[in-house]
Amino acid sequence: MKKTVLSGNEAIARGAFEAGVKVAAAYPGTPSTEILENLVSYQGIDASWSPNEKVALEVGIGASFGGVRTLVTMKHVGVNVAADPLFTLSYTGVRGGLVLVTADDPELHSSQNEQDNRNYAKFAKVPMFEPADSQEALEFTRLAFAVSEQFDTPVMLRTTTRISHSKSVVTLGEPLTGLPEPSLSRNPAKLVMLPGNARPLHHTVEKRITDLEEWSSRQPWTRVEEYGGKIGVITAGISYQYAREVMPDADILKLGMVYPLPKAAIRAFAANYETLYVLEELDPFIEEQVRAMGINVQGKDIFPLCGELTPGRVHDALTGEHAPLAHSVDEPLPNRPPNMCPGCPHRGVFYALNRLKAYVTGDIGCYTLGFMPPLSAMDTCVCMGASIGMATGISKVLTEEDRAKVVAVIGDSTFLHTGINGLMDMVYNRSTATVIILDNSITAMTGRQDNPGSGFNLAGDGTYQVNIEALCAAVGVKHIQVIDPYHLEQTKDVIQAEMHRPEVSVIITRRPCMLVKRDNLESKPPLFVDSDKCTACRACLKIGCPAIEWNPEAGTKGQAQVNELLCVGCKVCMELCKFDAFGVVDDE
Amino acid sequence: MNDKVTNILLVGVGGQGTLLASEILTEVLMLAGYDVKKAEVHGMAQRGGSVVSHVRFGRKVHSAIIPEGEADILFGFELLETYRYLPLLGANGKVLANDLKIMPLPVATGKERYPAGLAEKISAQVPQSRIVNGLQLAIQAGNDRTVNTVLLGTLATLLDIDLDLWRQAIKKLVPEKFCVVNLKAFETGLTVGF
Ligand SMILES: Cc1ncc(C[n+]2csc(CCOP(=O)(O)OP(=O)(O)O)c2C)c(N)n1
Ligand code: SF4
Ligand code: SF4
Repeated sequence: MKKTVLSGNEAIARGAFEAGVKVAAAYPGTPSTEILENLVSYQGIDASWSPNEKVALEVGIGASFGGVRTLVTMKHVGVNVAADPLFTLSYTGVRGGLVLVTADDPELHSSQNEQDNRNYAKFAKVPMFEPADSQEALEFTRLAFAVSEQFDTPVMLRTTTRISHSKSVVTLGEPLTGLPEPSLSRNPAKLVMLPGNARPLHHTVEKRITDLEEWSSRQPWTRVEEYGGKIGVITAGISYQYAREVMPDADILKLGMVYPLPKAAIRAFAANYETLYVLEELDPFIEEQVRAMGINVQGKDIFPLCGELTPGRVHDALTGEHAPLAHSVDEPLPNRPPNMCPGCPHRGVFYALNRLKAYVTGDIGCYTLGFMPPLSAMDTCVCMGASIGMATGISKVLTEEDRAKVVAVIGDSTFLHTGINGLMDMVYNRSTATVIILDNSITAMTGRQDNPGSGFNLAGDGTYQVNIEALCAAVGVKHIQVIDPYHLEQTKDVIQAEMHRPEVSVIITRRPCMLVKRDNLESKPPLFVDSDKCTACRACLKIGCPAIEWNPEAGTKGQAQVNELLCVGCKVCMELCKFDAFGVVDDE
Repeated sequence: MNDKVTNILLVGVGGQGTLLASEILTEVLMLAGYDVKKAEVHGMAQRGGSVVSHVRFGRKVHSAIIPEGEADILFGFELLETYRYLPLLGANGKVLANDLKIMPLPVATGKERYPAGLAEKISAQVPQSRIVNGLQLAIQAGNDRTVNTVLLGTLATLLDIDLDLWRQAIKKLVPEKFCVVNLKAFETGLTVGF
């Protein structure tokens, strides 16, 4: 069999292909995004981006009811959005196997919270697998489809960032053949969830969980590994690797299915050890259930509850001390926070909002970096789509003067994800706030995925491009303007005027993301700073462009410099300089 | 093969192509028959922030993250980032770093200063360190965009792996039209040596 190196996400895509998946739907979200980006390159699979996670799961449910194996993927917070269909899908069960991947992000490498989605498996009463490396990511994906069909249930597969984005050696398998063909088959008593139909199904769901619990104790993925130790560790997922790394002599009960727990296997294992640990990231999910079985274990009393585990953190928790290090850095170092790219179209908007002292209800995307100094122009950011509702809400309670300061800022992908509902409410309930839609025609933050507003689909084919202006007009917005955020003056003037309008208005700032290759943006020559003209006023530093560097040694008071390797020639800085110090390199 | 796991920590700045370099390294190690794992983070961290990639190989690797203070080689693409991650290096560790400064935002906006003398500070703490001017060597090799491959060439002299596997991995992972220049850059890095 062929050996290769795959990330967890690539392995899940491969596993889905091998399992005979025919339909896949997702909304991008770190660390889940690469699963569909990989899957789309396999022949015979219809993989698509949905506008949000709820739609993705509903598309998946439809395909499953049509009789094919279906994969739906999202990041952890995406499951919050898809929770409504999930909880009732648990009752209806599936026709073709349906696997929902939740990619969690302990340590919040790229997220707004670090919720532990194992709780969803228990809450929605669906089984959940958790792989410990890429090989298991592939195998458990295949397995999850089989379990889904065998037990007539959706199955969740949980990864964490260190599984999704870590690579390890994988042996590939052969694709399954001979799966049933899709067809229309009616079964309303199972698929129409009116109370009369759903009530008996609740009993089915409870029995299914008990059956699975009993069954999984006897399956190969519930595995005891003996290393001759006196200590026992119950663990799963990435934590298993840390247990092996840090406690090489401990015996291990390695779980593959983290819900429902294989209670018989746990009881049998626990009986052998006086010292028993549960090693898991985030919530005491396994620990609480093991304790509820009357078994005494050590877990969150020593291991951290917040953040991801690392070999070092596990070691420190076990020994109560931090191993001494050979090297150290004894001086404070400047941080290197992330920043918007040189030439990012969002930059000018936040510069204007900063100048206007707007109260900005923000949203999630590259533009959330507008929070960082020197732009410092975002006051709230909770979840995708929230900016608009929050602007409506806060406007309700403010004085007229303060109300005029409220501006909601939202990206195109986020607007189409869950922002449009908020806008409908804004008009419907006569709010007066201002909404800025930052239309860079892409879902940039997660690595540039297409969306219904970009005019292309996941496969890269052209498709209908949502007309955002017309969409806003359709929900009743009367004042809609489209501007180019590279024109700082106009951007500031338009925002200022609309902030004072006592009615809902939408400003669409339109310019493609700098990194979108499709637009074939003409590459423009970089700028330079004329050292005879730079007066060290520092005005250009206020836009926080990574290409503009302050050189404290230049001139008498320091001077600005342009890093030619980084500058993309957008000329936004030129508009800021009152002394005409910026020039285009080619014009010299 | 003994049970020793070798740890290489790659550090740099988002946008520098660190991730492709770790990709090539991982491929080489797999081709050489090792169990290999690589851990890194995508998303927010890549927007010009500091980027870290852990690569571990041996007969059997468990954690993909290198335990603190156990890196055998700290492979830095930028000076400040190399210095920042020095505490992760083991007592007998080696440093291979690119002699390049990229201003982080607080420095670029004049709020803070880029620390002085980093190359010297690194060499003072780590006897086995080598700081090379990747850009100059890349230009010498014929293309200023092949800095990372030059550095990989120098890294190759620290690892006991058939050089043809490196060339094979570069051919596989670098887009075809840049293959020849990158192979040349790799040879340049080799001749520089550690
Ligand atoms: C419910 C949910 N799904 C997905 C994500 C991941 N995510 C963060 S921002 C973003 C999209 C941003 O796109 P857009 O609004 O167009 O802004 P841009 O990054 O292009 O500036 C996504 C998908 C999330 N945080 N929450
Ligand atoms: S990826 Fe695009 S939207 Fe994001 S910061 Fe860069 S230019 Fe701006
Ligand atoms: S033109 Fe000015 S603002 Fe635009 S990328 Fe270059 S330095 Fe930055």
